Amino acid sequence: MISLSIRQRQVMWAYIFLFVPMLFFIFIRIMPTLSAFNISLHDWNPLAEEQTFVGLANYQQLWEDLQDSNSVTRKAFVNTFQYVIVGMPLQLVIALGIALLLNEIKRFSTFFRAVYFLPFVTSTVAISWVWRWLYQPQYGFFNVVLSFFGLSQQPFLKHPDQALYSITAVVVWQGLGFAIIIFLAGLKQIPQIYYEAAIIDGATRLQKFRYVTIPLLNTTLVYLAVLQTISFLRMFDYVINMTTQGDGGPLGSTTTVTLRVYREAFSSFDMGYASALTVALFAIILVITIIQLRLFSTID
Amino acid sequence: MKKALFYIVSLFVFGLVLAACQPQTVEVTRVVTETEEVEVTRVVTETVVEEGEEVEVTRVVEVPAESEVITIEYWQYFFDARVDAMNRLIQQFEAENPDVRVIHNSDIPYADFRDKIAASAPANVGPDVATLFYGWIPAWVDAGYLIPLPEEVYTREEIAEQFSPMVLQSELDGEFWAVPTAVRTLALFWNKDLFEAAGLDPEQPPTNLDELVEMAQLLTEYDDAGNILIQGFPVAPPGQAHHWFREVLVRQYGGVPYSEDNRTVLYNSPEGCEAFTYMVQFETELNTGSNDLFEDATQAFLQGKSAIHIDGSFRIGSIATNAPDLNYGVIELPVTNDIQSTFGSYWTHGITRKAAEDPARLDASIRFLKFITTAESGAIWVDKVGELPAQLTAAADEDLLADPILGPFAAGLPYANATFFVDESEQRQVIIDAYDAVRLTDADPCEALNEAAEREQALLDEFWADR
Amino acid sequence: MNALIQEEEVAQVAVQSDQRSPSQKRQNQLIKIISYILLILGGITMVVPFVWMISTSMKTAAEIYQSNFFPIMPTLENYQHVIFNTAFPRWYLNSFIVAVISTVSVVFFDTLIGFVFAKYDFPLKNIFFLLILSTLMIPTEMLLIPWFIMSVDPIIGPSWVDTYWGIAFPGVITAAGAFLMRQFMNGVPDELLDAGRIDGVSEFGLFWRIAVPLTFPAMAALAIFNFLGNWNAYIWPLIVTSDRAMMTLPVGLSFFSSENGADWHLIMTGATLSVLPLMIVFVLFQRQIIKGIALTGVKG
Repeated sequence: MISLSIRQRQVMWAYIFLFVPMLFFIFIRIMPTLSAFNISLHDWNPLAEEQTFVGLANYQQLWEDLQDSNSVTRKAFVNTFQYVIVGMPLQLVIALGIALLLNEIKRFSTFFRAVYFLPFVTSTVAISWVWRWLYQPQYGFFNVVLSFFGLSQQPFLKHPDQALYSITAVVVWQGLGFAIIIFLAGLKQIPQIYYEAAIIDGATRLQKFRYVTIPLLNTTLVYLAVLQTISFLRMFDYVINMTTQGDGGPLGSTTTVTLRVYREAFSSFDMGYASALTVALFAIILVITIIQLRLFSTID
Repeated sequence: MKKALFYIVSLFVFGLVLAACQPQTVEVTRVVTETEEVEVTRVVTETVVEEGEEVEVTRVVEVPAESEVITIEYWQYFFDARVDAMNRLIQQFEAENPDVRVIHNSDIPYADFRDKIAASAPANVGPDVATLFYGWIPAWVDAGYLIPLPEEVYTREEIAEQFSPMVLQSELDGEFWAVPTAVRTLALFWNKDLFEAAGLDPEQPPTNLDELVEMAQLLTEYDDAGNILIQGFPVAPPGQAHHWFREVLVRQYGGVPYSEDNRTVLYNSPEGCEAFTYMVQFETELNTGSNDLFEDATQAFLQGKSAIHIDGSFRIGSIATNAPDLNYGVIELPVTNDIQSTFGSYWTHGITRKAAEDPARLDASIRFLKFITTAESGAIWVDKVGELPAQLTAAADEDLLADPILGPFAAGLPYANATFFVDESEQRQVIIDAYDAVRLTDADPCEALNEAAEREQALLDEFWADR
Repeated sequence: MNALIQEEEVAQVAVQSDQRSPSQKRQNQLIKIISYILLILGGITMVVPFVWMISTSMKTAAEIYQSNFFPIMPTLENYQHVIFNTAFPRWYLNSFIVAVISTVSVVFFDTLIGFVFAKYDFPLKNIFFLLILSTLMIPTEMLLIPWFIMSVDPIIGPSWVDTYWGIAFPGVITAAGAFLMRQFMNGVPDELLDAGRIDGVSEFGLFWRIAVPLTFPAMAALAIFNFLGNWNAYIWPLIVTSDRAMMTLPVGLSFFSSENGADWHLIMTGATLSVLPLMIVFVLFQRQIIKGIALTGVKG
């Protein structure tokens, strides 16, 4: 064997260590990404012998569907944005509120933290079915409580005006614990000296919150906003499990982009169009992430 | 230069390791197959009906050498009664054909059957003979998944002659692609106890559409707050009501659902709208029930929470298992304008492209398909599943027609209509959406129906465009 | 360590501010009480769905349609039915196997990648790094279709559909975990490694016997989240399994639930069974888990 210098030896070992991981990233991550673009340019049916190249026809179809107010695709995009717009701020505000409350107390704070975090460790599928039962139109917990107080029963998931909000509530509920923990970590990093200074200046609690906490929590806020936005954009588990036969109904009022991808690709086997949808989703996630990073980081 | 050499060497070494691993595993599996003992005889237990009694007969059959036994796969979705019935048929088939072994995969949930069975096709691990809803034939044919029914199974003349007329609906592109063991029709179920409780004669179910309206209202029970306790008649578009509308109500009001050549939607006519308005009124005006209550209309009927229910003969089996004490009756669908109609449908069996790849498997598949679609097999199916035999000789059986539960379904066979579906689930969704638009967003029934027709027409156009 | 010191400081500051004036003291007291009340109310919201789930699972079929919250005659019959008459035990096993395979692999490879990028210098390092980094921006939705196509027809052999490898392969290495471990590997002193080299320790030995023990807490956090994530994973296992016997717990639960229609007592039993192990793990390790989340900000 050729004798190697120490540096050469190290370089060789670095490559050996990276060999399997690089194979993984190339074959399981990067090539499939390129392949997704490629599939979106075909009329791709996995059952067919050959796939026909159709150029941008799938994107053209997507563009047409987005303009047709009756198309499911358009509904999916509109709903997905609605989940983000309603869910993300709601989650951040409630989580920040609870994190601040938890900061006020000392006794039982670990206990409360655990309680709020509990739903986050459980599976979304199980949670979806539990809430579906809670929302059940006649014997569900909420409607039993409502009729106990003499209020009229609500359809929740069964009505297009309420279904999306009912599902959003579950997502917020389950993801709360995670956001709270991140906020608490962020709050802990704010040096006490700023609060001390604010107190000396005679600042009220509200002023301390507005002029110390919020600006110094900026990084945490951006981080969470980006993270939650992306996870709302990818909504799937809840919707497929909480709607009748996983159809994203009633009247398509809860369907999401990812659910459409799943249905188009694995029920209708129109993988070309489904891939075009995923490319669109990718582009949206990229753009929104960049905008949010810009927007939030210029506040202070 | 030296550096480059090291990278190449290290890559090479890993390549060697990988390459060395691969064949080794293959060898191991080969050894295992070779040491497997060759089965010479097989004990076959067969249930034979002798003088009205079921007798189990056990016999030893000589089995050809392992290499000569052809294994084929049959797939269907998970539904207890169907699985039992098919196991029985397979047992008989294997006894008669010792050179064929049939693997029965019935582990796929109904909701995913369509997706999963098709997903297996590109992997070439799927069935040789598969069961499918007749409405899926066009999609499966388009996907290149099925092969045309070989003449050895049935010729066109044989199908026209021996089978219920609705089976002719599976003809597409001048070929038959599948053939059923059994067919189903719709009929009206009623709960005798609830009729009695509402002061109605438990032996007098509604026979026409006006009576249906009248009785549904009398049968509905509310609490003080106006919530429904007992439903007179819930309409279930995701269940069977979309069929009831298309093939029964539209025709009874004097319209036709589709053009003769199946290329044009015609139910958005004034007659169709009248039919649709009739159907939605139960929920929007008469408030006699909803598919949203008690999970769905079927569950409501099983739990004794709804008095009248429209469903297929396949429901008999689930009532027997889930609600054996239910005191119910069945009658042909209510008429109006003296027009009788019902919706006929069937799960059918086709031979897949995978089977056609190997002549021996294809031959075994043909024999198997032929076996499970005979009149005798149909008769077994009726007993186990509650579906009607697809072969006319078995369906015209007098005992069957006289049966109080199965009789009304069998009586519907001569006037049953089957819809030509190009995409069954999408076409169903169109009607569900129209119905929901009316009941949930106060849309005008005729406009909602027009929109549905427009969407469905687009589906039909897309389908026929390449033909 | 740092966090502990900070906590003490916070406490001290709090004590100091408490001494300021009686009115302020009273105000703080009031805020504390309000905080507790709000936190308890929020805590109830977090727990009620689980209580309702367990309570329903102990009811008989007839009782779920009565309005009592708790079962009158609690029964374990539903559990007996679900455990002995369905594929639940098998789904447990599948989920466990898949989660263990991918967790072991992720922890090993991610730590190794982190080690290499933190401690080695080699040509093309930046390109490799960017390559891995770029995969972080791709939403997995985009890869589902290529993965599926790859699984049904892999170039190297038989189909991956309905195999453990098929379920696990997309997650055997993660880019996010690799970056996390790189942060921690940066903290491993170079002197230690050099000393090891002088003692003739092999490069892999350096990793295994020096770097790994030093980053063990981070590896544990990574392992826990990865296990949670895989245990709860839904969309990919849903796509790649069709055989009931190969389903993971979430996929199985979803089918079980849609098949059982109105049998909410059985559905809730299934949900309880799938949620319970995680809850127990969480209760046992909640401090570590929450600290790990705060430390890494990884979303499960």
